[in-house]
Amino acid sequence: MSAERRLPDPAACQRAAEQMLNYAMQAGADGAEVLVRDGAELELRLRLGETELIKEAGSRALGLRVLKDQRPAVTYTSDFTEEGLRQLARETVELASLAEADPFALLPDREIMARDIPELNLWDDEVPKLTVQDALDWTRRAEAAALARDKRITNSEGASFSRTVGATAFASSAGFSGGYRGTYASLSVQPIADDVDGKKRNGSWWTGGRFFARLDSPESVGQTAADRTLAQLGSQKVATCQVPVIFAPEAGRSLVGKLVGVTSGSAVWRKSTYLADREGTDIASALITLVDDPLLPGAPGSRPFDAEGLASRPNVIVDGGVLRTFLCDTYSARKLGRASTGSAGRGIGGGPHVSTTNLILRPGKTSKEGLEQVDEGFYITHLMGFGFNGTTGDFSQGASGFWIKNGVRVFPVSEVTISSSFDSLWKNVDALGDDLDTRSSVQVPSFRVSQMTIAGR
Amino acid sequence: MAASPLDQIDVRLTERLLAAALEGGADYADLYFEYAAGAHFGFEDGQVKSVGKGVTLGLGVRVLKGDSTGYAYTEELAEDRMLEAARTAGRIAASGAAPGPVALTRVSVLDLYKIKDAPWDRPGQEKVEMLREADRAARAYDPRIIRVEVGWGESQKDVLVVTSDGKIARDFQPMVRFSVGAVAEEDGKRQTGRSAGAARRGMELIKMEGQSPTDHGIEAARLAIAMLSAQEAPAGTMEVVLGPGESGILLHEAVGHGLEADFNRKKTSNYTDMIGKSVASPLCTVVDDGTLMNARGSINVDDEGNPGRRNVLIENGILAAYMQDRISSKHFGIAASGNGRRESFRHEPLPRMTNTLMMAGQDDPQDIIKSVKKGVYAKNFSGGQVNISNGDFVFSLTESYLIEDGKITAPLKGVNLIGNGPDVLRKVVMVGNDFELSPGTWTCGKDGQSVPVGIGNPTIKISEITVGGTKTS
Repeated sequence: MSAERRLPDPAACQRAAEQMLNYAMQAGADGAEVLVRDGAELELRLRLGETELIKEAGSRALGLRVLKDQRPAVTYTSDFTEEGLRQLARETVELASLAEADPFALLPDREIMARDIPELNLWDDEVPKLTVQDALDWTRRAEAAALARDKRITNSEGASFSRTVGATAFASSAGFSGGYRGTYASLSVQPIADDVDGKKRNGSWWTGGRFFARLDSPESVGQTAADRTLAQLGSQKVATCQVPVIFAPEAGRSLVGKLVGVTSGSAVWRKSTYLADREGTDIASALITLVDDPLLPGAPGSRPFDAEGLASRPNVIVDGGVLRTFLCDTYSARKLGRASTGSAGRGIGGGPHVSTTNLILRPGKTSKEGLEQVDEGFYITHLMGFGFNGTTGDFSQGASGFWIKNGVRVFPVSEVTISSSFDSLWKNVDALGDDLDTRSSVQVPSFRVSQMTIAGR
Repeated sequence: MAASPLDQIDVRLTERLLAAALEGGADYADLYFEYAAGAHFGFEDGQVKSVGKGVTLGLGVRVLKGDSTGYAYTEELAEDRMLEAARTAGRIAASGAAPGPVALTRVSVLDLYKIKDAPWDRPGQEKVEMLREADRAARAYDPRIIRVEVGWGESQKDVLVVTSDGKIARDFQPMVRFSVGAVAEEDGKRQTGRSAGAARRGMELIKMEGQSPTDHGIEAARLAIAMLSAQEAPAGTMEVVLGPGESGILLHEAVGHGLEADFNRKKTSNYTDMIGKSVASPLCTVVDDGTLMNARGSINVDDEGNPGRRNVLIENGILAAYMQDRISSKHFGIAASGNGRRESFRHEPLPRMTNTLMMAGQDDPQDIIKSVKKGVYAKNFSGGQVNISNGDFVFSLTESYLIEDGKITAPLKGVNLIGNGPDVLRKVVMVGNDFELSPGTWTCGKDGQSVPVGIGNPTIKISEITVGGTKTS
């Protein structure tokens, strides 16, 4: 199942998708969409030099969505036998009769389906060749570098290496069939240090990407992880106050994810976003430009077509603080009387939904040091918990990071919360960093919010 | 479950697979066969919008050599593919002598989730009618309710665990859930409310007290309407009273995760080496109980073949035990505690919670509220998170009120509480006599694996915890 296992093959997935599409139409569907995913994973976890886990497996599954008299039904299976697929097709068409006719539940119009499948450079031949030995070597080097960094690093939650290779194919009776494949590899390390009060402090760092050669070295990942852990020694709570807050990219990323959630077409027609009536208006500081770009070559979130077979295209969601568009799949677009933005995503077990690909908060011009030029402020490296209501825009989360006085980090902070309305958080962004973090499918620079409430002592 | 593909798995085959897994010289191997089938119905905008179902079938093979785990799985139950998975997992052991064959003995499992009315035998139309009933109830509650979403889900999981130390266990695990979300609107302001129930039951779930479609519809609408007049929550440390039931999320985050044995074996939890020591106020007795009839977190047998158990974790403030899986129980040299759980055949078992509860105390809940001069009363909760190492945890309140001079007054906007596990549990100063198990749809995530859990709590008072509101005076 490792080296000798066949590679996930988009062409084979596409054949299976087309076959299922035929069965569904033969079973009486008015329209159908089939998604097939085939993947192989290798995961290795090592702790204090000893292997904790080696996991290797391949997995293949198929998701079917049918429409019958404007009634949708969704099913999934991992049984690819002809009889299994035929039976699922029949059952799915029957199941659709339990839904009720929904005039908006239609496949996309035939003329807007993707024609070409752009080559996005998502595959690295080196990744499937990586062996257990390679993973062992990388985790060992990374963890050793962390442990050797400082004698106050006393323990480790371990180092973890994983690689996935996968193929995706999609076929729609609206007139599309295509497939693509991709690779991804990542390494993370989590060292632990003992603090004076008996508490333990953990920090972590990671590298990841579609191309093995572009990952950071295991040594640099381990050292950064150790430095981040050590920096938290002596963490304290601060008194309740209102100060400027700077979000490091690893903390700001989740805020950008929440922002795009409240600009999604599906939240808009459901009225479950405070931005439902705000298209074309200022929803953030003029510094904020937010783009979703599925066509970035080699990027983690890129895809050549969306989960309904529409051509991928970049969308500017927020431009200089102005909300330009709600991201839409076909259903939410029809509900809002507009065209899909090609933003449909889909899992095997569910129908299409609005999703993002490479979500990018465009970087600004301020240096990292420049962002921290405040008399007193809170630099946040980590957010915790849920604490966000998209309908109202109320926002409150646990936070940790560093206290800043006169532009200098003076001590680490933990066990406090930050809160604000989400609307004022984004409107109060007064500086944007030049340090875009491109490791993941949400790419964010550091940014500063002029004032938030910190609840602490 | 009528016919399951697992009926075809014979003992000889499992012996061949275990032998293949152990041939490289490992200490132990287990097989986890799983057949899961699920269906869901979604209702919104006054109509059934989504129906779906699916089936998964597979085998996970785990092989242990010392504390090291080899894991592989396959979705094809052809013998050659299963043998390949067994050998792949077995590569964790490069050399050594494997244990010889052991006679398999069927583990007698509990019988905690008898079903009266199997949902998969009922027509879909019956479920659709439940969704409509909840929608009607929510809309009838108040004209300001502008949107209602209702969902029903049912699943059945058939598992067969076979271990190289001779255990064979089969379990059939049902689950149903019902949920309602409502949006209220007034003067351009919108608020949401949610009510949900889940249990290892059949259709009879909705006949339980407070669990009918109408009950959930009204509760979701009530919450959305109540929150329309919510004020900014205070910021800072203060007295907080947690209402009964779902406030058990406090236990799950503040102590539960930290008492999972893997973190303590690795000495990465802030509860490491604390057995026998005081970690909470003497008023606190906390148990993890996998044996509650029909509860969401209950298990007849865990995913390593050990029967579900009731384990006292903290007794009168003193740390009594960790929750164990096989690797950790061997490490500590103690018996398995029935906490080895996994999400599916694609996942290795880990020490996990089942239903985590604090035992009732002596105080009248009304007296607890009356004792607070200025603080917060927390009634509904949405979830939480903990940092295992330093013990900091947060949990989110979706319905809370100010307490002023011993009386519950204004509703507050959604807010987080943040604290440190042992620190907050030492500040539990009153414990109510009104224990409740939350009937909600709680799901716990760890290492990328989700498992259903239960939580429960009496009313409790915490003398000081940080409330993460926006209002600073």
